[in-house]
Amino acid sequence: MDSSSRFVARHVASLPKSGIRDFFAIVSKMKDAVSLGIGEPDFVTPYHIREAAIASLEKGRTSYTDNRGTQQFREEVSRYVAKNYGPEYDPETEILATIGVSEALDILLRAVLNPGDKVLYHEPCYVSYAPSVALCHAEAIPVRTVSADQFALDPAALRAAWQPGCKLLVINFPTNPTGGTADRAKLEAIAKFAIEKDLLVASDEIYSELTFEGDHVSIASLPGMRERTIFLHGFSKAFAMTGFRIGYACGPAAVIDGMLKVHQYGIMCAPIMSQEAAVEALRNGRDSMLHMRYKYRERRDFIVRRFNELGLPCHLPRGAFYAFPDITSTGMDSMTFAQQLLEQQKVAMVPGTAFGAAGAGFCRASFSTSYEKIHEAGERIARFLDTIRKG
Amino acid sequence: MNSVLKLILDGEALDTAQIGKILGLGAEAVDRELAALRQQGVLLGMRPVLNPAFESEHRVRAVIEIKIRTEGVGGFDGIAERISSFEQVESCYLMSGGYDLLVVVTADNLYKVAGFVHERLARIDGVQGTSTHFFLRAYKKDGFIVNSEAAHRDQPSVSP
Repeated sequence: MDSSSRFVARHVASLPKSGIRDFFAIVSKMKDAVSLGIGEPDFVTPYHIREAAIASLEKGRTSYTDNRGTQQFREEVSRYVAKNYGPEYDPETEILATIGVSEALDILLRAVLNPGDKVLYHEPCYVSYAPSVALCHAEAIPVRTVSADQFALDPAALRAAWQPGCKLLVINFPTNPTGGTADRAKLEAIAKFAIEKDLLVASDEIYSELTFEGDHVSIASLPGMRERTIFLHGFSKAFAMTGFRIGYACGPAAVIDGMLKVHQYGIMCAPIMSQEAAVEALRNGRDSMLHMRYKYRERRDFIVRRFNELGLPCHLPRGAFYAFPDITSTGMDSMTFAQQLLEQQKVAMVPGTAFGAAGAGFCRASFSTSYEKIHEAGERIARFLDTIRKG
Repeated sequence: MNSVLKLILDGEALDTAQIGKILGLGAEAVDRELAALRQQGVLLGMRPVLNPAFESEHRVRAVIEIKIRTEGVGGFDGIAERISSFEQVESCYLMSGGYDLLVVVTADNLYKVAGFVHERLARIDGVQGTSTHFFLRAYKKDGFIVNSEAAHRDQPSVSP
């Protein structure tokens, strides 16, 4: 390690390295690898949305915007959220445009956490939750979700994990990497618990449009929750706009104000052309979104059936675009399985432990890819399993 | 829509065994579905989509607008069917607007297309006039962008 490491803050130095980075380094050098490791849509942003960004540039709209985002963006978000999720937010004081949900969550944590505060979150989960909490000198407390429950958050497990000092609950349904969702009854129990313990709730609903079974319910829409929920959403998944880096937070004014302070000093504002593309997505993107969701669903059905045929039990994810098969029958741990599969058959899946200790025994396979690739990956995984089962 | 047909129209290069596995049918069942679609006249055939830049090393392609007179020559259908029977003709459509038939032809070289126009087409009773346009360069063909720079070349192969 070079000597400049002495300058790195202790709480940063002690963050674990993302398990995904190592895989990326290997896979990117492999020529004929089949990657099921990509956590983003395999669609290009729909043309009309790209066109809106181009038009914005052509008109010379290249300036900063209001720290909160353009008036038009916030008004459009307000309409979209009210229509699709229920709660109404005031564009003047309760909506903030951010650089994706990643920034929204980061500035929320920084705006509300004091050192030593505790944050409940369910695991396996997106890779940034626990590290972002640690960066705020706060403590992340995982609540395990399990395959038998289709990785929905069990309110009883949440209650069991609670400790004095818990201030915030982070939830993400549908969930990356498990595809877990939460139905109204579960959310009502979670909401009741949040009210009882006076928790603020951060609800990352980035995959909400990609719900395949049942209706998505936002916890923010439940009685008594709007005033204690920060609704986080963005455009990356539903509208295939990952590279635009655009998202938003909606919530009660005082918390949004706190986030705005962090945002204005750290970021200034989200890029104007991304905000304008996002407005087009909100106004006219529904058909494209439905088309992509339909495609994901078809591929989901195939990949899940394939894993089960191969003897890697896999629940049917009800949302997002990840299958999360159980690989324990191979006798390997997640990391070994993923490494060996990559070395022997050049198929990349992400070890479940990259998403927290609760992901042990699982691997994540994205079905946001072509049938051809999923089929080929299936054949290679079959060969891999043959060798290890014979061996 | 028939699930086999839908998968083929998606444009992915899948063989019947792959299609069978994806749809949970088995290759024989897919073959049976395809045979039925052919028999019903729904599926006329399946061809690979070639990059025209590769193809044009050996072939030229032209689109010909044809004005026709229908009296005494069997109407539009009679002439269109006759023109369609030439092997040089790739496709033939009856059109609205300033001309009647739009015909796409391919040949080994420009002179052969010219020969086809004046020796064959122009001699058909009912053909009043033709206007021939040669394809110069293809940018998109059958839904495929021809020279797309890899859209995802900077996309990480593994990401969170």
